[in-house]
Formats: sequence, structure tokens, C-alpha cells
Amino acid sequence: MKRVFGGIDIGSLTTKVVLIDEKMSILSGQIIYTGYDGIHAAHEALERALSEARLKQEEIQGIVATGYGRHLLDFAHKAVTEITCHALGALYYYPNLRTLLDIGGQDSKAIGVDPGSRRVTNFRMNDKCAAGTGRFLEVMAERLRLDMERMIQLALDAKEALEISSLCTVFAETEVVSMVAQGKPIGEILRGLHMAVINRVYPMLRDVGIKPDVVMTGGVAKNKAIVRLLEERLKLKVFVPPDPQLTGALGAALIAMNTSD
Amino acid sequence: MFGQVRYWALKELFIPLLRTYEAKRRGSRPRKGSLPLSSNRVLKGLIMSHYYLGRYAKGVLPVAWVTSGAPVELLRPFGFYTIYPENHSALCAAQKMGGGLCLVAEERGYSKDLCSYAKIDLGVFFSGRTPVGRLPKPDLLFASNNICGTVLYWYRVLSKEYSIPLIVFDTPFNYGPLRQEDLDYMLDQIEEIIEKLQRISKREFRMERLIKTMRLSKATCELWQEILNTMKQIPAPATIFDIFSHMLPIVSLRGLRSAHSYYQVLYWELLQRVRDKVSPLSEERIRLLWDNIAIWYKMRDLSELMMRHKANLVGATYTNAWAETIVHMDPTRPFESLAKAYSLVILNNNLYHRLELIRKLATEFKVNGVIMHSARSCKPYSLGQYDIKRILQERYNLPCLILEGDIADERYYSDEGNKTRIEAFLESLI
Ligand code: SF4
Repeated sequence: MKRVFGGIDIGSLTTKVVLIDEKMSILSGQIIYTGYDGIHAAHEALERALSEARLKQEEIQGIVATGYGRHLLDFAHKAVTEITCHALGALYYYPNLRTLLDIGGQDSKAIGVDPGSRRVTNFRMNDKCAAGTGRFLEVMAERLRLDMERMIQLALDAKEALEISSLCTVFAETEVVSMVAQGKPIGEILRGLHMAVINRVYPMLRDVGIKPDVVMTGGVAKNKAIVRLLEERLKLKVFVPPDPQLTGALGAALIAMNTSD
Repeated sequence: MFGQVRYWALKELFIPLLRTYEAKRRGSRPRKGSLPLSSNRVLKGLIMSHYYLGRYAKGVLPVAWVTSGAPVELLRPFGFYTIYPENHSALCAAQKMGGGLCLVAEERGYSKDLCSYAKIDLGVFFSGRTPVGRLPKPDLLFASNNICGTVLYWYRVLSKEYSIPLIVFDTPFNYGPLRQEDLDYMLDQIEEIIEKLQRISKREFRMERLIKTMRLSKATCELWQEILNTMKQIPAPATIFDIFSHMLPIVSLRGLRSAHSYYQVLYWELLQRVRDKVSPLSEERIRLLWDNIAIWYKMRDLSELMMRHKANLVGATYTNAWAETIVHMDPTRPFESLAKAYSLVILNNNLYHRLELIRKLATEFKVNGVIMHSARSCKPYSLGQYDIKRILQERYNLPCLILEGDIADERYYSDEGNKTRIEAFLESLI
């Protein structure tokens, strides 16, 4: 019989599940909205992942929960923080990982990793302020009535970035609205907004130490403008794993595999 | 006259009864999985009687409100009843009254950014709310800026509101070793302070009384040091949260016999645990050092979180502050001793001193890492932590975690975020 391991990442916005086998091949991955009931979301996502891989829950040998709802699940064998899980999930794709940036919907983290021992050596986490998280860009997109894809493309196409000086999401919103009213080019404003996110996470990265390989995970890693501007700022290649939102759940599944032996 | 009889009757008859009763009573709900010290009950009686007796001290004894770093030994020969607002604020915070009392001060126009010990104290002043019933109104305020500049402004407000004198002991900051001119400056101040105290208390200064107080104070600090030393044992006989909650006597009753007697009880109990290798944890896998003041409203949660991960905080720069300057205490040279012991405290010293202190404690207590509480309230204690952390990690390979929060105002604490930070830190240490 195949040995299967699961990782469940209950985030404040989305819940993710990854199933792997003993050869560390990914069998399935699912993302759903967490909603108000994290436990329900975890069950739902797990069921979907199981049916995608044509498996039954009894076939899972070990489950590790992560994310802010990690302590909610009674059927998980262990709860591990998303910081450790993201590091392990990113190491799966990039064994020389040293600096990891994870930007999710509600928080952002800079994580220093020692690839030799596969350990987290240092980390910084921002959970107090929406600037520097995915939420910041979403708020701005809503305000400007643009969809995310269009916003990213306009930011990429612009040659210059206008400086958004406010660090606070609410004040930045006002600043952007007045820039639009002054007729400033929208592309430059948007590039400036992306730069604002990077400026916010840069000190955290510098604090943990910026060393290649640099990897970015979390939902915001799918934003090509952010990745490109970050590369320019760091003067380093920034790697993004496939399905960067699933990295935490993947790391959790890997821990489930390693601890079940 | 009636007040005096009542005070002495309470002190000599009622308080001993109260303390015996408290010592025998069963304690409150213990922390999950924790092993409460039986001394806790004795301590509770001591704290209760200290504040209870305080209510009736006004008019019988001169009452002084004192900052935690002021050389209180100078007040003892004059018989002042001393109250420590910082300690009282911590007590309010432990009862989760901190945020509410801060709000009272904020509504009166005091800045949100003020130290929450000060805000709570002002909140108590304006609202009269306190978990101890009533605080005796002060006749004198005694402050030293060896811990921070905040206390000066805070005590100036109290001095104005109560229309009472404020005595300040000014300790020049130590950018390097203590300088002779600074020492002379402090010695001059001590002479002036004594003159003022004679006038306010209407009592003569007697040197032999000060020497006696100094002896007792030194002995108490030495006992405190021994108590902290028991925590060097592997496994440690208690947690730092236990030690934090036993700080009231060393802070507020320093130089009094009751503090010394209490620590004999506590020390004895810890010694027994060391002898029997008793630990509050089922297994002590990780040993940690704490930097900065305690998070008074989170003691139980943090303690339980640590226990779940088989981690124990075994030492702290904070608890060490009352043992750090014992070497400078020579009871036969009281003035010089006071000047040195009180100006060479951690917060009146440079960052290099702090770095070296953490390294020394980390080695002595055999810890795997350091948790640095970055306290919004306490700028002098929190400033420089990021640099210290970087140096400790890069140069000395000592893992550190910075935990943002506040000493007494629970509104500044992010529960989920800090839980994740602590757990991730512990995961990286195993
Ligand atoms: S907590 Fe810090 S700022 Fe507040 S009174 Fe104490 S030393 Fe001063």
C-alpha cells in the first residue's frame, strides 16, 4: 500500500492542503477560502484533495497542521508554525535556499534558513500592519476599480515609479486618490504601490540577512510585478516555487512524513 | 492617637493572623501542568498585609511613594511607609486591569505612548480603582532617574496633584566606567537628601540605623542572588514566571526584615527542589533567558505555552537587576555604596554592558537562546535590542527572538502573532 502524508495550512484567508507519497511526490493540492469556520474549511479542503488523488482519509499515515488555525484540528498529529513549514516547503524546490520571503494576505515574513541543517536561523514577522501584505494591494485595486491582473501588468509596463510616502494603508489610499485626481500616470502610481510593499518588507529581509538563493512564497509571490521589483531592489534572482501558496502545506506534509518514521 | 493604636494593633495582632491564615489556605487555580511553589501562599499573605496595613499607615507614619530604582535605604531609618507605584501598576496589570486604567489616563489627555506603569498609576489616581482597596496618600515622593526619565515627569505630576515634595536622586548615565566626579556629585546629593528627610519626617538621622538597614538590604539581595542561582540547576526547580511573581519583596520591601525572612522560606523550598531534582516541567528540553520587564498580564499563557513545548525560561536580566550591584554594597560605607549600587544598575549603563551581561547570564544559566521582550512602555530597556540581538546571533551564535508587547497594557499585545513567533523560535531550537 502507498504511504500518504498530508499537510494542512489554515490561513486567515485561505486554507490549503497538500498530499504527498513516501517518495515525496505531490499527489494533490487544494486551496479554498477559510471563511468563518477554519475546521470546516480544513475538512472540506482535505476531502477535495483526497478525491483528487482518489484516496481515502484512512490511507493517510500522518497529518501536520500549520497556519494560524494550526491548533484547531484534532485529527492532525502535530501542529507546526508556518514559518518552519514554509522554509521546508521552499527547500523542497530550492535546496540552496538561504533567504525566504513569504507574503500572504494578512501578514509577511522574512525567514533566514541554513540549507545545510535545514533549519530556520532567524525570522521577522509583520502581523500588525496591512502595508507589506497582499491586503494592501487588494485594497488599492478595489479602490481604483482594477482587477489584479491588469494592475500588475500596468505596473510592469510603467518606466517610473511614483513614490508613495505613507506607510499606512489608509493614508496611502488617500495619497493615491489625490495622485489620480492630479492626473498622474496610472502605471507609475501602480508601480509605486508595488514598490511601497517592497519597501515595507525590505527592512525585515535585511534584518534576517539577504543571501542567495532568495525564494518568495505565499499568494503575493504570484504577482510578477512584485517579484520583478524585488529582484531589482535586491539585485538577486528571486525564485518562486510552483503554486507558491501551497508551500506551507507542502512543508507540513514533509514534516508529517519525516516524523512518522 | 486612635489611628496609632489601630495601626499597631493591626500590625502586631491582625496581620500575623492574616498571614498564617493565607499560608494555610489552598492556593488559586495553578497553571496547567505547573508545579506551584508552596511559598506562593506565604507571599500572598505578605503582599496582602503590605497593602492592607498601608491603608492605615497614613497619619501614623510618614508615607513615601518610591521608584523601583531609588535608594530606599535612605528612607528606612526615618520610618517611612513605602509604596511602589511601579509594583502596584504591575499588580493591576496582572489582574488585567491595565488597559482600562491606561484608558482613564488617556482620556485625561496623557499620551498613549507614555509608559503604562505611569499611565496605570495616573489612572488609579483619577479613578480610585485599585485591586488593593486603597493606596495611602503620600507625604513624599522619592524618585531616581537611574531607570528612566519617565519617572521624573510622572512624579512631577503626582507632586503637583498631591501638593507634596519630590526628592530626586540624579544618577549620571554611565557611558563607560563610573567617574569620580559623578560619584562626588551623587555623594553631595545624598547629604542633601538626608537633610530634607529629617525636615519632612521630623526625625533625627542616625547613622547606625542606616548601616543596619544597609546590612539587611545587602543580605536580602544576596539571598535573592542565591534564589536566582538555584535556577542554574538542570532541570531548573521553577520557571522565570514563578520568580517574576516573587519580586515584590526585593523591589518594595528592600531593607526591611520581612523581605529577608520571606526569601529564606522561598530559598529553602527551591533548595529542596534542587536536591530532589524536582522540575515543574515533565522534561526540560530547551532553556531560555528573558530580557526586559515581564509581560504581567500574560504570565499564565506564556508559562503554559513554554511548558507545552518543554521549554523553560530559567533566567532574566530583569530579575538579575536586584542582584547585579551587590558587589558595590559595603554597609560600613553606606553613602558610597548607595551611590555606586544605584548608579551602576543595568538601565543606567551602556549597551555594551547589556550585551556582556546577557552573554554572561546565557553562559551561567546554560541557555539555548534568548527571548527579548521589546516593551513599548520601556524605551530605555528596549532600545538597542535589535543591535544586541544581531551581535549575539552573528558573533556568538546565540539564537534570539524579539517579542513585541508591553509590560502592563494588554492592548498592545498580539496574541496569535506572538504565539507563532515563540513556537517558530522553539521549533528552530530543537
Ligand atoms: S517601565 Fe521603563 S519607562 Fe516605565 S517606569 Fe520603568 S523604567 Fe521607566
